[in-house]
Amino acid sequence: MSNDPIHQFQISKLVPIEIGGLDLSFTNSSLFMVATVAAAAGFLFLTTSNRGMIPSRLQSVSEISYEFVASMLRDGAGSQGMRFFPMVFSLFMFVLVANLLGMFPYFFTVTSHLIVTFALAMLVIGTVVVYGFWKHGLHFLNLFVPSGVPGALMPLVVLIEVISFLSRPISLSVRLFANMLAGHITLKVFAGFVVSLGSMGALGIGGAILPLAMTVALTALEFLVAFLQAYVFAVLTCMYLNDALHPGH
Amino acid sequence: MFVVTPAYAQSNPTEGTHSETGAHGAEPHGGGMFPPFDSSTFASQILWLAITFGLFYLLMSKVIVPRIGGILEHRRDRIAQDLDEANRLKEEGDEAIAAYEQELADARKKASAIAEAAREKAKTAAEAERVKTEAELAEKMAEAEKSIAAIKQKALADVDSIAEETATEVVKQLLGGSVTKAEVADAIRAASGK
Repeated sequence: MSNDPIHQFQISKLVPIEIGGLDLSFTNSSLFMVATVAAAAGFLFLTTSNRGMIPSRLQSVSEISYEFVASMLRDGAGSQGMRFFPMVFSLFMFVLVANLLGMFPYFFTVTSHLIVTFALAMLVIGTVVVYGFWKHGLHFLNLFVPSGVPGALMPLVVLIEVISFLSRPISLSVRLFANMLAGHITLKVFAGFVVSLGSMGALGIGGAILPLAMTVALTALEFLVAFLQAYVFAVLTCMYLNDALHPGH
Repeated sequence: MFVVTPAYAQSNPTEGTHSETGAHGAEPHGGGMFPPFDSSTFASQILWLAITFGLFYLLMSKVIVPRIGGILEHRRDRIAQDLDEANRLKEEGDEAIAAYEQELADARKKASAIAEAAREKAKTAAEAERVKTEAELAEKMAEAEKSIAAIKQKALADVDSIAEETATEVVKQLLGGSVTKAEVADAIRAASGK
């Protein structure tokens, strides 16, 4: 059972809640969402409480993450995009901290569940659509009509653009979900090899060195992936927001 | 479709009806689903994500972002202000240097003017002295020349009488006779070609 690589994604109820037939229990997933928010907000809040003119090390970390996301958003969506800064910064920090918390053994990885990443992706796409129509009205649909395309090709191009727009929330959510899921399964499988080979006597213990080294290397890789996927999620969010701000190609 | 885990089977009794439908395998709810695709947990996950992320967003947009933004802006302002101050001080320094140079040049000019005046004064005084001395010398020279001329004249006037006396004496000694003074004077006049 402990060797089952899927077990780590199991959701277990901590406080069963059921309203109107809907299961809204407080689960281990909910607990780690709370932990993620508490860790991210707590870190950002406490490290900046001194408001030091010369930042301490931890305050620097908060400031660097702020400026990292701010420059990402400014590059991706222009200075007008800064109105979405709290959202992009929240998304980046939430995904990053959730991914990193998931690296602790026995911890639950919030972002390894498709529904969570899909909800976050829909938040982004929903913001793009709502803001796009609110700001530009029907001109927002120019997004699907690139300029300089010959008339005959137009229907085809528009079709492709629409499909690409519709696939955005899917690709955005599946990318993050699949990366976290696959990484954790791989880690668990290789770590499982260490245990099962180690129980096979002297030869097995010698042979277990290989998957052990692999596990160590994969752990490092997973830390990279944890950061990289948060970064990719935030960058793509910036690009999609850019479409809402400037729908003409 | 995915690995059916005994762990999930164990946790199922708490789920009541779901586990029963899942056990029959017809429904996608509950049962031995691959956890991320188990839609019975979706509602709870979405709700708690909405609550936690919503709170996080609220905290971020109301407290943390303005705070960090404020810190960064304050620092940027402070740096700009310090740079301005440094520029101002530098300008002041440049001005002071320029004023110093100006004063130095003025002082130099003044000093050279004073030196020039002193030199001029000394030169004039020396010139005056020289002229005075020269005048005195010229006067003395003129006086000397005058006395020389007088002495010369006197001497020249005496030459004739000396010659007469000498000639009379010479004649007396040589010829033993005597000659008149008039004769000697005539002879001398003839000899000297006068």
